Amino acid sequence: MADRVRTGVSAAVTAAVVLAVLAVPFAVPLDEQAVDLAAKLQAPSWAHPFGTDEVGRDLLLRSVYGLRVSLFVGVAAALAATVIGTAVGAAAGALGGWADRVLMRIVDLFSSVPHLLLGIFVVTMFRPGVWPVVASVVVTHWLSTARIVRAEVLSLRSRSYVDAAVSGGASRWRVTVRHLLPAVLPQAGLAAVLMIPHAIWHESALSFLGLGLPTHQASLGNMVQSARGSLLAGDWWPTLFPGLFIIVPTLAVAGLAGAWRERLNPRRRSELTL
Amino acid sequence: MTRSTTGLPWGPMARMAGRRLLAAVPVLAAVTFGVFALAAASPFDPAKAYAGSAGLGARQDVLDQLRDNLGADRPFTARWWDWLTSALTGDLGVSASLRQPVAQVIGERIGWSVLLCGIAFALAVTAGTALGVLAARRRGGLFDRAVTSLAYALEAAPPFWLGLLAIWLFALKLDALPAGGLTDTGSDTATPGQIASHVVLPAAVLAVSQLPWFVLYVRQGVGDALAEDPVRGARARGLRERTVLLGHALRSGLLPVLTLTGSRVPELITGALLVETVFSWPGIASATVEAATKVDFPLLAALTVLATAAVLVGNLLSDLLYGLADPRVGFDG
Repeated sequence: MADRVRTGVSAAVTAAVVLAVLAVPFAVPLDEQAVDLAAKLQAPSWAHPFGTDEVGRDLLLRSVYGLRVSLFVGVAAALAATVIGTAVGAAAGALGGWADRVLMRIVDLFSSVPHLLLGIFVVTMFRPGVWPVVASVVVTHWLSTARIVRAEVLSLRSRSYVDAAVSGGASRWRVTVRHLLPAVLPQAGLAAVLMIPHAIWHESALSFLGLGLPTHQASLGNMVQSARGSLLAGDWWPTLFPGLFIIVPTLAVAGLAGAWRERLNPRRRSELTL
Repeated sequence: MTRSTTGLPWGPMARMAGRRLLAAVPVLAAVTFGVFALAAASPFDPAKAYAGSAGLGARQDVLDQLRDNLGADRPFTARWWDWLTSALTGDLGVSASLRQPVAQVIGERIGWSVLLCGIAFALAVTAGTALGVLAARRRGGLFDRAVTSLAYALEAAPPFWLGLLAIWLFALKLDALPAGGLTDTGSDTATPGQIASHVVLPAAVLAVSQLPWFVLYVRQGVGDALAEDPVRGARARGLRERTVLLGHALRSGLLPVLTLTGSRVPELITGALLVETVFSWPGIASATVEAATKVDFPLLAALTVLATAAVLVGNLLSDLLYGLADPRVGFDG
């Protein structure tokens, strides 16, 4: 019962986030230059539920736009990382032997550099812009998908329908594309969905450090960064709300992914999400 | 431990450490190579980066001379090899942003990072174990649900955001703790008392950012152990709850989790990068961010390699402890 409530709430929050992010530019166009110094740093009120920032912009609207930018980076990075991870994992699992060992050594190599640090290095070298940020998230996020897909492929290779295809004369390529890949897609899809909040977390950290998206772009990390001055003056809301916009969608996606995972393998109930 | 009469298996442990050390050499070499390859592929100009803001108005022939001195026009493989051979003699180059030898930057700052991370890690392990065990005692209970939800929320919260809110609450509103740095403003000697008061907030925030993993995994491990046959048997024999928990469930459920702490080094470094920056803590993680902001390649490269080495050492520690805790695993990895 509690599980179904959690899944329902997660689905509702996710749907609301997606809807808001897609619809808001049509409903309320954002004028980046609109500055209203008379309304600067107003505490949350009915007119501005999240308050206003240091130049008088509505923080609810900016947070939604920030989430839009962050979500774009997150989805783009998750898609690219999933494609790379699935390709590498499937190749390692299907080829086996030395190809498997070499590919997995490369995965280990990437894993031995702390992810945020590797991300920082990549953005430093290719700054500024959106795509270096996406790339820096991709280089650190394809690894887990590669491991998951490889493990799935290895366990599938010993199934009887794969044996049947092989003894029926199917080529290795055909077996991989027709039998192995479709079977690992649900797991890869789950990993991709879970990766989106993770990617947003990374993007916001890079932007907060001043290494991510250009400062004029209202990403959530940039908003927290530019709120530092007003925070030190005692105004908490420009810091609090963009952060909540990172946490709440993350929890919603994790809740949905938990339900999805239980469908995929009901026996692994006790396994941790996130 | 039944092996206490024979002592620790030093031989196999030393052999495992030796094998890992050998395996670390190509990994570190490959990481440095990758770092140089990325820098070579990037559009940034090492001479301009080295000259910093002074390079903006510099004459072209001065910049060319600088490029020549830095060897910027040679293939990156040659520069990589030069760097590697001089790094082995202890010469890591000069940091352009801090105008200091890289080795000196690391030497001056690493102690502060170790202090901060050590306190935070100890806090996270202690608090995480306590909360995890308490939550596991009655899984699905009110306390368990509260702790688990909080852990998931904290796991999703960016550490820099937690740090800023902590500054707002404890430094601004309550005026209980300093907001950042190592010493009070106006004082340039670091007394133990000042350091102690300045380390509280960053260490607490870093600990909180590491806490969820420990809570969730300890809860999982101890909770699973409580459901196993030996524990049920002990309960059936009428042993006290205390004996069951401490003597049975904790030993089989907690040890494996605690041995994994060494593998948390990457997350600790990630947290330190953000927390040191928020609190202006003068450690190597904040120097890394500074180096990145100013495209200070020599410093950034050295710190990336250092972080990788720390990760490998953490993994080794974790595997050694795991082998000790569970003799069936051994030291073959």
